Amino acid sequence: MALSREQIAQRVAQELRDGYYVNLGIGIPTLVANYVPEDIEVMLQSENGLLGMGQFPTIDEIDADLINAGKQTVTMATGASVFDSAESFAMIRGGHVDLTVLGAFEVDVNGNIASYMIPGKLIKGMGGAMDLVAGADNIIVTMTHASKHGVSKLLKNCSLPLTGKGCIKKVLTDLAFIEIKEGKFYLRERAPGVSVEEIIQLTEGELVVNGAIPEMKF
Amino acid sequence: MAGFDKVVSSYEEAMAGLTDNMTVIAGGFGLCGIAENLISEIKRKGTKGLTLVSNNCGVDDFGLGVLLPNRQIKKIVASYVGENAEFERQMMSGELEVELTPQGTLAEKMRAGGAGIPAFFTATGVGTPVAVGKEERSFNGRNYILEEAIVGDFAIVKAWKADRYGNLVFRKTARNFNPLAATAGKITVVEVEELVEVGELDPDQIHTPGIYVNRVIQGTFEKRIEQRTTRPAEKTKGKGE
Repeated sequence: MALSREQIAQRVAQELRDGYYVNLGIGIPTLVANYVPEDIEVMLQSENGLLGMGQFPTIDEIDADLINAGKQTVTMATGASVFDSAESFAMIRGGHVDLTVLGAFEVDVNGNIASYMIPGKLIKGMGGAMDLVAGADNIIVTMTHASKHGVSKLLKNCSLPLTGKGCIKKVLTDLAFIEIKEGKFYLRERAPGVSVEEIIQLTEGELVVNGAIPEMKF
Repeated sequence: MAGFDKVVSSYEEAMAGLTDNMTVIAGGFGLCGIAENLISEIKRKGTKGLTLVSNNCGVDDFGLGVLLPNRQIKKIVASYVGENAEFERQMMSGELEVELTPQGTLAEKMRAGGAGIPAFFTATGVGTPVAVGKEERSFNGRNYILEEAIVGDFAIVKAWKADRYGNLVFRKTARNFNPLAATAGKITVVEVEELVEVGELDPDQIHTPGIYVNRVIQGTFEKRIEQRTTRPAEKTKGKGE
């Protein structure tokens, strides 16, 4: 069975470590915040200028001056700080954020990522994504492995305009956990009940399968 | 007006001197921390051919989006423009020129513009459409592109508090691009919720010193919220975003 959005988030959360500063993109990455293990502390960075993002506010707590990068109302966790956009991106570009999780339309074997534009169809802009992928060393991309029509999104070469070049090393799809190195995809884990053959079939770029591939554990 | 007193009493006075084809830098992220009434004044004046530099362009009926129906904007430099149907229409039809700029690069362009730095190298955008036509150089084995600073004829800024000298304090994430925009305007106009007397703000807590500010006006704000996300009052688990 392909993973649900929540399961993808749950698996990503297993990569969190105590003391991490983490930036979560919009969509599935946002859900990762719901699965932070009880025994560790992480601090969420929101690139509009907040370090230490808390949970959503109650109706009484709503504050128009306090939103996240998805423009949702949020609260501040204890120990939070606020700052301007240049400071926020100094953290990101300076490599101070320990883990970045973001979505994508396509990735390829060279670690390229396309996530912000479909020419002629969807031109909304990159927001902070280009800064995040250029500035972070530890990035996890969350995405569906293939389109509804079975067209692979893990490619030899990205077909859409790039968000970043040669910057992606880890991809978590609804079918598999994949690492990228030396111009190849390496299959590390598979979703429970999903066969290696199925993953091979839905991966356009070269996929290395070494030995028995374990199922993800939740 | 005398000495360092920057306070003006009307919006007309606040935006005096803004003429067609000027560049305006605007603070704000989405609808958070935007100079609502200064934007309304630009709409009222009907100034056209503007180049706007702002992270976003508001929504159809609020924020910078209100300048679209009368075609007041010629070009916008922004990182994300996805919240606005009229914007999309004008962009697709070629009536509106859009220069998509990564958010961190946009912030740094304003910061550099205000600090007298004409350009800077950044890794953001290398190998992407953003790099097209830009100088690329390698430092310590990594490639960077040259991005030019931005200076505006005007900057429109929203702050929480100001004193008469234009010292500013921002509130929570409404700070965003505002302090950067404030430094990068030849004429920086600030709209505030609260105006206090000189000496009332703690010098240690001032985010933007008054030297960057030319005009201050006190306004009343709608502060519209784009995504009103909440949790039930009794529940305490689960985090935001």
